[in-house]
Amino acid sequence: MAGTTGKTLNLKLRIWRQSGPDKEGSFVDYEAKNISTDASFLEMLDVINVELVKKGEDPIEFDHDCREGICGSCSMVINGSPHGPDRGTATCQLHMRRFQDGQTVVVEPFRAKAFPLVKDLAVDRSSFDRIIQSGGYISVNTGNAPDANSLPVPKENADMAFAAATCIGCGACVAACKNASASLFVSAKLAHLALLPQGQAERDQRTLKMVAQMDEEGFGACTNTGACSAACPKEISLENIARMNRDYAKATLKDRKTSV
Amino acid sequence: MTAKTSYLTSTIGQKQVVALSGLSLSLFVLAHMMGNLLIFVSPQAYNMYGHALVSTPLIYVAEAGLVLFFALHVFLAIRLTWLNRGARPQAYAVSAKGEKATHFVQKTLLAQGLVILVFVILHLITFKYGKVYWVTYDGVTVRDLHRLIIEVFSQPGYLTWYLVALVVLGLHLSHGVSSALQTFGAAHPQLTPLLKKIGLGYALIVSLGFISLPIYVYFIY
Ligand code: HEM
Ligand code: FES
Repeated sequence: MAGTTGKTLNLKLRIWRQSGPDKEGSFVDYEAKNISTDASFLEMLDVINVELVKKGEDPIEFDHDCREGICGSCSMVINGSPHGPDRGTATCQLHMRRFQDGQTVVVEPFRAKAFPLVKDLAVDRSSFDRIIQSGGYISVNTGNAPDANSLPVPKENADMAFAAATCIGCGACVAACKNASASLFVSAKLAHLALLPQGQAERDQRTLKMVAQMDEEGFGACTNTGACSAACPKEISLENIARMNRDYAKATLKDRKTSV
Repeated sequence: MTAKTSYLTSTIGQKQVVALSGLSLSLFVLAHMMGNLLIFVSPQAYNMYGHALVSTPLIYVAEAGLVLFFALHVFLAIRLTWLNRGARPQAYAVSAKGEKATHFVQKTLLAQGLVILVFVILHLITFKYGKVYWVTYDGVTVRDLHRLIIEVFSQPGYLTWYLVALVVLGLHLSHGVSSALQTFGAAHPQLTPLLKKIGLGYALIVSLGFISLPIYVYFIY
């Protein structure tokens, strides 16, 4: 095949298997043989799954969709790191050449109270959806695209808003954080609106509501370790968490409602 | 509930109180450390400084503030750590290595805090509520804390425990000072790396400054 190196490797896999949310789970060992170093981590799992199906066993359940690093589905913790060892990389973009022949690779699901396990490596991340539903949008009709420069946006703000908007909501920040905190995700979803003119009208209420929902879902608090940003496939900056923190304090002070 | 009451039960609000109290305590330990350095001037300078501190009525305000900040810090830090542990009921079998790992100083903040808590209690018993000697300078009789300090730090057990506790305080501050600024919302691509270095320097100065006193007493005095 064109563009392939033709190299292969063997791995010892220890994968978390759990048949359902309320079932006992445990690690199961698998041998991955003759895996192309050009394969992605998910393709390697596909190979294992084909073998399992052939043997009449239950294939390993894991979430995936785009396989090109943009949908955020592929959630798993590889040797202790969400999305594996590389920075700025989703599991689907992690390649087997990154591993050594004969290496042991432990694969676990994202672990968080707010991400209940569905099966094997698949977890339920709908808590993220509920946070967005609580206020992560603009509720006025924005009409057609405005004429260029009719609504001035400083270049720096546009860049920061765009960088925050690259968050694919995969949940690696939660998985990486020792507190299972969703601060990086929530702060990115606040930032991409808070930095733009269209986001200003609802900025305070949005911050209050999304933070309240984040807490409601049972995520932990932020200790500012930075593990989230290190694990983020989009390398979302901790600056967003700082902005969320100060916006939250400001919104609290400014709020005039007698009940929320 | 209004926004103001939910602030106090929110993770961010509680953390900001931990940060405010932590920073205030950080300023206190810096001031305390600098006061201690008077031991290098003379026993009299040291004792007169202590006397000046307890002779002003402002001491009651300062002490009340310290107790309040300390209590808030301990209470909320323990509460948040508890909540954080609950947010991950099942631990990972393998922990991250390399770039994606969490630093051990950041994983052990509560343990550091508990060492500091025990230290502070024992420290108050040993000194503030400890043996009282008197000394008279120019007709003014003041507490001879210098004598007590020499007596205490001539014992290797005390010396060791102080060194351990002050290194732990240094570790706590090495994360805490810059972390608290981030908690309030101060972050900037150029300033944040600088503030992190300042935080580390702050921790080192406070820790080494404190350590210099027992070391001096034990090995040199
Ligand atoms: C002189 C004494 C102390 C000073 C100067 C101090 C300072 C600080 C500072 C500045 C922070 C950072 C706050 C932030 O990240 O926003 C912090 C965090 C923390 N402190 Fe202290 N602290 C002291 C004593 C204690 C004690 C006695 C405890 C005991 C329980 C404690 C437990 C913690 C914990 C657990 C955190 C981290 C909270 C989190 O997860 O983010 N500290 N401290
Ligand atoms: S499968 Fe879409 S990001 Fe990995």
